[in-house]
Amino acid sequence: MIAAALGGIGRPVLQAIAAVGRVALFAASILGHLLRPPFYLRELGASLLQIGWYSLPVVGLTAIFTGGALALQIYAGGSRFNAESVVPSIVAIGMTRELGPVLGGLMVAARVASSIAAEIGTMKVTEQIDALVTLSTNPLKYLAVPRVVAATLAMPVLVATGDAIGIMGGWLVGITRLDFNSAAYLKNTVDFLQGWDVGSGLVKGAVFGFIVALMGCYHGMNSARGAQGVGAATKSAVVSASVMILAANYVLTEVFFSS
Amino acid sequence: MIELRGVHKRFGTNRVLQGVDLTIAKGTSMVIIGGSGTGKSVLLKCILGLVRPDTGTITLDGQDVTAGDRDAFLARFGMLFQGGALFDSLRVWENVAFRLVRGPKALPKHAAREVAVEKLRRVGLKPEVADLFPAELSGGMQKRVGLARAIAAEPEIIFFDEPTTGLDPIMSGVINDLIREIVVEMGATAMTITHDMSSVRAIADNVAMLHGGVIRWTGPVSEMDATLDPYVQQFIHGRADGPIESVR
Repeated sequence: MIAAALGGIGRPVLQAIAAVGRVALFAASILGHLLRPPFYLRELGASLLQIGWYSLPVVGLTAIFTGGALALQIYAGGSRFNAESVVPSIVAIGMTRELGPVLGGLMVAARVASSIAAEIGTMKVTEQIDALVTLSTNPLKYLAVPRVVAATLAMPVLVATGDAIGIMGGWLVGITRLDFNSAAYLKNTVDFLQGWDVGSGLVKGAVFGFIVALMGCYHGMNSARGAQGVGAATKSAVVSASVMILAANYVLTEVFFSS
Repeated sequence: MIELRGVHKRFGTNRVLQGVDLTIAKGTSMVIIGGSGTGKSVLLKCILGLVRPDTGTITLDGQDVTAGDRDAFLARFGMLFQGGALFDSLRVWENVAFRLVRGPKALPKHAAREVAVEKLRRVGLKPEVADLFPAELSGGMQKRVGLARAIAAEPEIIFFDEPTTGLDPIMSGVINDLIREIVVEMGATAMTITHDMSSVRAIADNVAMLHGGVIRWTGPVSEMDATLDPYVQQFIHGRADGPIESVR
């Protein structure tokens, strides 16, 4: 009875540890291939376009609505303490340190991790990955490395763009709904925003980009057979990327700002 | 020459290969027959190193296929996959020229395209097809493109995995004839796995029947019909009654 109960706890724990180990080994293999030729620049370019450029609309829309809502919330909360004037600075700090990278990362996880997992998973079940091997091409190097590099490079740019659009959303709401003076709002934003507020968000963005592509590639490469297998891989990629982004965000925030 | 000795492979409790011994002489066309799920594709993937056997040895010209330079080993092979396995994101000519534009002997893009168009012509496809994407082709055309890709780098050994599955009888005949012509023309060693008896008769010099994880019978195709092996007789005549269970 006790042994069965312990087994019931131990089995999933061991499975979880094994899964973490497999992901770590997969990440290590990708990192090991980064600086070794051949380099697939065309695939890198295509991935930058897919992951970076085509994610701009969704990241931009997320940022502008978040910035606007944040301004309203801070104004409402701040008015309890006669601190309505903090809206510009808190919107800027909130967007650049937290909401820009985290929400951008989650949106990109939904868009990109799913598409990478579905694409690579379909390639696996249709034997395209076996075909790559028979054509003397390492699937990890050809499929995973360009996507991981592209996501790691593109995500900080997306975060920076999202930060700017989010701050603009707050400014728009501030001057149209909250009676802020436009020049004063912008001056307040610039005065209180520090370089590391933006820099820390960009570093987070790079880490989140790596996580998104890593989980998409990992689950795609390990997809089971059939449509159900590809569907399960896609779902796992999005869920695991999202959870890992939130966990990594806490760890990075602790490292960057705990002192 | 490809030699397999005592090759075993299991997936969990499913013992797929249980001691396969087989020799494929250089420049000959060997066809492996057997029912669905008997391990034909696993056998082929073991030779290519896509699946690692549990025990046993596989040698190519006396050298263990798991040792040595993997890229050099794979450069000797071409393979036509059952579903074509064409890369969706690449145009037809880029699929065919995939190996040609990569590696130490990579051709310039325009030269690789010329070779690809020539190989497409060899398998009966017009140059206009070169710029299409695989999704725009019929099943028969995809098989031909797969065949063109398999022969593009003029390999010494070509594997064909169920080359006629999903095709109508006329297109099956066309693909069978093409395979035979190309193998003879290139002097290549060929290994085909199929359960289509018209393919066997069109393509094979030698036939081996895989059943129960072992090679039950092997010999020249000319002797296949005369063999008294009940498994071979049941299989080639498609009988429900016999030693092979019809429900597996």
